[in-house]
Amino acid sequence: MLTMRDMTKSFLGNRVLHNVTLDLVPGEVHAVVGENGAGKSTLMKLLSGEHTPDGGRIELDGEVRTFAHPAQAQAAGIGVIHQELALLPDRTVAENVLLGREPTRFGLVDRAAMERRTAELLDDLGAVGIGPGTPVRDLSVARQQMVEVAKALAADVRILVMDEPTAALAEHEVAALCDLVRRLSARGLGILYISHRLREVFALARRITVLKDGRAVTTVATDDTTMDAVVRAMVGRELTSYYPPRAARARVGDPVLTVEDAGNERLARISLSLRPGEILGVGGLQGSGRSSLARALFGAAPFTTGTMTVAGRPLRPRRPRQAIGAGIALVSEDRKGEGLALRQSVRDNALLVTRAVPGRQRPPGDGALAELLARVRLAGAGHGAGREVRFLSGGNQQKVVIAKWLAARPMVLLFDEPTRGVDVGAKAAIHTLVRELAGEGLAVLLISSELPELIGMSDRLLVMAEGHLAGELPAGASEEDIMRLATTDRTALARKGGERR
Amino acid sequence: MTAGSPAASSTGRLAARLAWRLSDPAVGVWLAALGVTLLGWIVVNARGGDFLTQPNVTIILQNCVALGLIALGQTMVILTGSLDLSVAYLVSLGTLVAAETMDGREGNIAWAVLVVLLLAGAVGLANGLIVTGLRVNAFIATLGTALILRGWIEDTYTGPAGSVPGTFRRLGYDRIGPLPVSVFLLAAVAVALWLICRRTRLGHHMYATGGDEHAARLSGVRTHRTVILAHVLCSLCVGAAALFLAARFGTGSPWAGTEARYDLESIAAVVLGGTLLAGGRGGVVGTLGGVVVLAVLDSVFNQLSVDPFFKNVLRGVVIIAAVAVWTRRRRRGAPRRTA
Repeated sequence: MLTMRDMTKSFLGNRVLHNVTLDLVPGEVHAVVGENGAGKSTLMKLLSGEHTPDGGRIELDGEVRTFAHPAQAQAAGIGVIHQELALLPDRTVAENVLLGREPTRFGLVDRAAMERRTAELLDDLGAVGIGPGTPVRDLSVARQQMVEVAKALAADVRILVMDEPTAALAEHEVAALCDLVRRLSARGLGILYISHRLREVFALARRITVLKDGRAVTTVATDDTTMDAVVRAMVGRELTSYYPPRAARARVGDPVLTVEDAGNERLARISLSLRPGEILGVGGLQGSGRSSLARALFGAAPFTTGTMTVAGRPLRPRRPRQAIGAGIALVSEDRKGEGLALRQSVRDNALLVTRAVPGRQRPPGDGALAELLARVRLAGAGHGAGREVRFLSGGNQQKVVIAKWLAARPMVLLFDEPTRGVDVGAKAAIHTLVRELAGEGLAVLLISSELPELIGMSDRLLVMAEGHLAGELPAGASEEDIMRLATTDRTALARKGGERR
Repeated sequence: MTAGSPAASSTGRLAARLAWRLSDPAVGVWLAALGVTLLGWIVVNARGGDFLTQPNVTIILQNCVALGLIALGQTMVILTGSLDLSVAYLVSLGTLVAAETMDGREGNIAWAVLVVLLLAGAVGLANGLIVTGLRVNAFIATLGTALILRGWIEDTYTGPAGSVPGTFRRLGYDRIGPLPVSVFLLAAVAVALWLICRRTRLGHHMYATGGDEHAARLSGVRTHRTVILAHVLCSLCVGAAALFLAARFGTGSPWAGTEARYDLESIAAVVLGGTLLAGGRGGVVGTLGGVVVLAVLDSVFNQLSVDPFFKNVLRGVVIIAAVAVWTRRRRRGAPRRTA
């Protein structure tokens, strides 16, 4: 039904797509995989009318089409679910779902029809408990995703493009989404599925196209290939082991950070200790309080009760500045929003913390900066540190964030989803780096929604549920162990708390 | 955790929800208007004056009309994520063009109204095209058109010009009971714009574009067209305000818009009414409330003959306080229905 032939596109003289050809048949899930910067998103943006191609053509049912505006692509039956959800938080579910195609009566928008149609669409998706009149702001990320899907379907699409739909979802929500994708394809929709998570891709897709450096390397039937082969095609080399070896027990020192019975609006009865040399993993569902924990330790959303010590001295940071001064660093889950000043250079970003918090560490000179960037393995560090950070790939951006903190020589590193939206190669590099840093005697707290990553990296594991610590697991715990604790309900937690008292 | 008795916690929740509703800008600003009126009434009466007299009410309402029309227009562009700094000069030019075209003859009224609205529409169209087509930031773009209009005015007119026939001046002076007829003009425009905001696609798209232009575009909204139409709507409102002011003054005045600082004043009324300066949130009802608050404050200050310096300080405080309250509400989020 759809053929994209010889698609070519350049930005600022930089060619990001070279003659990419791709086709899609009804009822098929066709996965597009590739590292960040391989051109997946650009390819999709050509299809959705967000960008216009420099060369090549798009054929729909044998007819050549050009899309100059997303509205035209939609009219042609192409719906796109973007990685960064394109929803308006202040508007209601119905207003979002039918945005751009509001039903009218006598020229006026028919609100009743709008809510009815939205409810039908959501019902159809099996999305229960989402009221059409609720502001989108009040929904969880997983539910917002459902709204996004409903919105795409509202246009009677025949082709659905899903760009990293599971990037922000927890594991059990991913399963629900995969079910939905299967049902949609069973209805005859052609689905282009972009994802970093190969497990999903292999579970869903009939065919896989691998993009590398703007070229389509191969298109294969899922049944005829293996995950290893696809990874090889993506990075062009063998990734022998996904995770670096764990820390040797003997090298783990005395706690550098302890928390005793602490809490705030979102957290309760938190007790934990972080030791130099070890990676403490924190698992749990979306909204279980993992990020709140990191933000509390970092003083961004401080603990209001309980005690905390850093390097043996009592300190409950009330502001990030205080935490930074004490040697705590946070690599936030929102890289673009909280981690980087996107329009500033690599150098300015890397020096930001040392410039802002005097007394911690003097800003490094050019030599030291180059060393620092080499240490975080910033790809193409030779291009100069003067480039604006927004032009870097997600993986390289994350490395700049890490460099920024390392410049201040922290004792405690808090990582919140450090590999979200990062390609396979950079992911492995970040894993190695995190392990190295722990090996050098830093205490690391690692939050991740990706269970294999959590299990592969952690020396110990904490699992959170509803703002509490639901339990601790040793290295090598299984995914089932984690999920069991993560889904512990509140009553059980309350009982446990009572016992402790 | 020990929760209070169910009854106590449910009244607490009710109170929280009530407080939440009252702090909705569209409700809150009208409560503020009521409060300011009451306070003015008490203070003025205590000083031996009389506040809620028919002439005074009429004056307050009349003062609402010009600012109200302009602020309503401003609401449209601000909701869409744009801004219009050219309104003050457009008002001045509008009064001049209206008065000169009418030239004291009744037969020219319809023609003059049409010319003023066409002129206003053209300026709005230009603003919209500059903001969208040339991608000039709205602040700069409309500042630019403001300067162009100013140049035109200063080059062509040295003082009041033209004259408005008596029939048309009735728009400025007639009243039904305590209600000036011009209030009906304001009400009609307000209702029309309210309908546009709430019940038309254009309105929905304005909110969407102001809320997140990228998301709106990806959803198939013609964002450029939406911004342009918002600017045209805004300028048409300004044109209506110019016609009203021409009727009031009986002549065209080069200072009609600038003396009252309608550019900044209208923005103040809009944000006072709870519309987000960044766009996507707010509306007509709040803006009207903001206009009433400003008009009543003015009237109270006048009656008490407050020092103009102090008067401006107080107005500044009121505007800052209101926006601080609206922001606080936004950051806190709605109280949960279930504890």
